[in-house]
Amino acid sequence: MNTEFDPKNYRSDLKPVWCPGCGDYSVIAAIARALANLKIRQENVAFISGIGCSSRIAAYASTYGFHGIHGRALPLASGVKVARPDLTVLAAGGDGDGFSIGGNHFLHACRRNVDMTYIVMDNSVYGMTKGQASPTSEADWCGSKLTPEGPSIPPIQPLEVALAAQASYVSRAFTGDLAELTRQIEEAISHKGFSLVHVLSPCVTYRPEQRGYKDRVHQEWTPTSNRAEAFQRLLEDDGFATGTLFVDPRPPYTPMTAAPASMAEIEADFAI
Amino acid sequence: MAKTCFSLALTGSGGAGVMTAGQILLDAAARSGLYGLMVRSLGPQIRGGESAAILRIGTAPVSSLGDTCSVLVAVDWGNIERFADEIPLDENSLVIADPDQGEVPPVIVAKSPKIAFVPLKALADTVPGGRVNMIALGLAAALAGFDEAVVAEAIQASLGRKSQEVVDISLQTLRAGMGAATAVRSEAPEIADLACGCSAPAPDNGKHRRWLLSGNAATGLGILRGGVRYCAAYPITPATEVLEWLAGALPKVGGALVQAEDELASINMVVGGSFAGIPSMTATSGPGLSLMVETLGLAVAAEIPLVVCNVMRGGPSTGIPTKSEQSDLNIALFGLHGDAPHVVTAATDIRDCLFTGQWSVQLAEAMQTPVIMLTDQAMGQAQAVIEPLEASPQKTERLVPSENTPNYQRYAVTNSGVSPMAIPGMKGCAYTADGLEHSPLGRPSTQARDHQDQLDKRARKIEAHDYGDAWADIDGEGEIALLTFGSLTGVAREAAETLRARGVPVRVIALRLLMPLRTEDLKRALQGVRRVLVIEQNHSRQFLAYLKSTFDFEAEVVSCARPGPVPIRPQEIVTAATSRDMGDTK
Ligand SMILES: Cc1ncc(C[n+]2csc(CCOP(=O)(O)OP(=O)(O)O)c2C)c(N)n1
Ligand code: SF4
Repeated sequence: MNTEFDPKNYRSDLKPVWCPGCGDYSVIAAIARALANLKIRQENVAFISGIGCSSRIAAYASTYGFHGIHGRALPLASGVKVARPDLTVLAAGGDGDGFSIGGNHFLHACRRNVDMTYIVMDNSVYGMTKGQASPTSEADWCGSKLTPEGPSIPPIQPLEVALAAQASYVSRAFTGDLAELTRQIEEAISHKGFSLVHVLSPCVTYRPEQRGYKDRVHQEWTPTSNRAEAFQRLLEDDGFATGTLFVDPRPPYTPMTAAPASMAEIEADFAI
Repeated sequence: MAKTCFSLALTGSGGAGVMTAGQILLDAAARSGLYGLMVRSLGPQIRGGESAAILRIGTAPVSSLGDTCSVLVAVDWGNIERFADEIPLDENSLVIADPDQGEVPPVIVAKSPKIAFVPLKALADTVPGGRVNMIALGLAAALAGFDEAVVAEAIQASLGRKSQEVVDISLQTLRAGMGAATAVRSEAPEIADLACGCSAPAPDNGKHRRWLLSGNAATGLGILRGGVRYCAAYPITPATEVLEWLAGALPKVGGALVQAEDELASINMVVGGSFAGIPSMTATSGPGLSLMVETLGLAVAAEIPLVVCNVMRGGPSTGIPTKSEQSDLNIALFGLHGDAPHVVTAATDIRDCLFTGQWSVQLAEAMQTPVIMLTDQAMGQAQAVIEPLEASPQKTERLVPSENTPNYQRYAVTNSGVSPMAIPGMKGCAYTADGLEHSPLGRPSTQARDHQDQLDKRARKIEAHDYGDAWADIDGEGEIALLTFGSLTGVAREAAETLRARGVPVRVIALRLLMPLRTEDLKRALQGVRRVLVIEQNHSRQFLAYLKSTFDFEAEVVSCARPGPVPIRPQEIVTAATSRDMGDTK
């Protein structure tokens, strides 16, 4: 057996801060498996995250990583990939990080289609700050002191937003199905362009009822590249359908190129 | 400087083409072996509003607009009130006006200049397709004593890409304008005779050529020379031209520029590019810098080298986007939360944008720190004819470990404070960069020991760096010192010349390194000084407050400060330096 590409080697020896039973454990496990399966060496991966319980994940991989600031994982990751197209770039974080404070970057990352994979651990709550409503919390979820009568605004629909913003790969997985989660992450990394893996990842501490997700999720989607069909599926979605929703083979973002010139040639433009 | 320098302004409403005329005149000055500076002043309209090209041309490099404007050629009177403050006319000035454009407005008459009437528009109409800006150009060029052939060359260079027909018509119109100058000269001979005695053609043997460029383009080139190969951009006046210049240049050297969705994105993209091993930068102005400060703090904590060039404009908030001010000093120095040592540099003039741009990249990379490079609208959007400046021979270097370093510690506590920074792709050194306080290994830590050690090392690397002589430009001797930074350097130098001509010895100290303040060097530079004039363009005297809080002045300190948008003039500095009861003494 080739031990070099053993998932264990993709985990750092840092002990996660996560609560026992947190869905996020499955995500680091799936990422390690996916990278091992794809035989991508640790040093050729840059794993970028924001701030939140879920965003701690970057440091739990043995790859290069950047645990940045709240909401800005996507632009930081785009910067890495555009500057160094040879690297495999992963970004990850929570629903608050990605759809609230980082919401604008999410739209533009979908549009820009830089070749990288974005894994959102959605628990419909702000775990790190101890249980406030997130953009995917239900309007009548009354579990937070900040919004004791519920946020009273409808939750965002991340996959609909992603499709509308021209994301070229969109899937949804559940942390309770490690094999499917791993499969999606592998598929997303292999996809050339921006890929969104939306992961239902229970917060057992502030949303204990999410332990019940396992009874609600259903494997449903197989990939389509038909945008109308993908939207149709989302209109019928109960929030728990999983699988690969949409794949568009449009080419990834590349910056402008030009014929090479020496510094002297560039400077000559200023000479009178 | 009186005899060797002259200044003039061309004004007109949108579409009149006075900016093109000004540009061609500056180009012709360069071709005539002269130097020059041109500032454009625009009204608030997005496109087509009135505009003014304000030029100063001389036999020596020009980095200030001076105190007076010798000649104003007004193609029409548009909204002249808007510029009246920026065009310092007096009884020695000559205004050339078109009688068909109505009365000379009271704001002009009030300054009692001599007024000569020339039917500019009617003259242009004598040439089929002729444009009035070429008449204005011809008048200005002839009064300045420029050779027609040299101006023709400049027209060819500027308009040649349109069509030969446009060039031919322009040349014909130019001649009509130059012809009209004779009559003007006879009306006001003493002013109209502007020539600097230097209409000799430029020594153009291919070896010695001058450059004509804006401060923003010079910053772009300086940054490129420093080795930046990645830029993320979000447009903002008056910084956009830095980004646009780099958008053209970076791909030619294998680099990349990306337009981001906002400044939160652009600065994080820059952090990402630099983390990935590519020297990276962005340029912005006050509102954009405000959005970037949280991430600049991240770059301090995670020790990511990068440069943000902040081209200052009038603030706060949207303020006066098209006009210059130096009021972002405080946010550049103190805008980051926590104890966040970083570097703030400032270019002293357009030519110096080349050096300071390159140096800022070198500092960022050597110390693995964000560097905020300050310029301002008066420098960034002005154009100058300069002596070319070669790239500094100093190399840009980032300390990296060797692959498979045993027990690699990204944030190792070193004597210099700088720790080897692994680059993704390097084997056996993978680490996670973090804005959380961390141990030397880069692991999140709340330990007092780690916090103290990391704070110390991050401060140490900035304090201990050898900045050499570049921290300031110093010239002259004397008991009076003019202490300033940015585009006021040129103004202070001109004031110093006036003072010296009056027998008052004075030294000028222009800081290029604002933070960390080189207090020992400054102390040496101020030896023997009895009076220090601190010169800055903002309302709350930010520079003065910073200096006083960081440095013990032995001399008397006097403030010379005023907000924008009207540029500070040399005469104001002369007055403040010599009058006993002006300004705010310590
Ligand atoms: C600029 C800023 N604002 C607020 C915070 C506080 N904060 C930290 S994590 C977080 C929300 C995290 O929620 P989510 O992204 O959903 O991740 P989770 O903890 O649920 O995994 C907030 C508001 C911060 N770190 N930075
Ligand atoms: S608070 Fe919730 S999201 Fe955070 S670690 Fe605990 S279970 Fe996971």
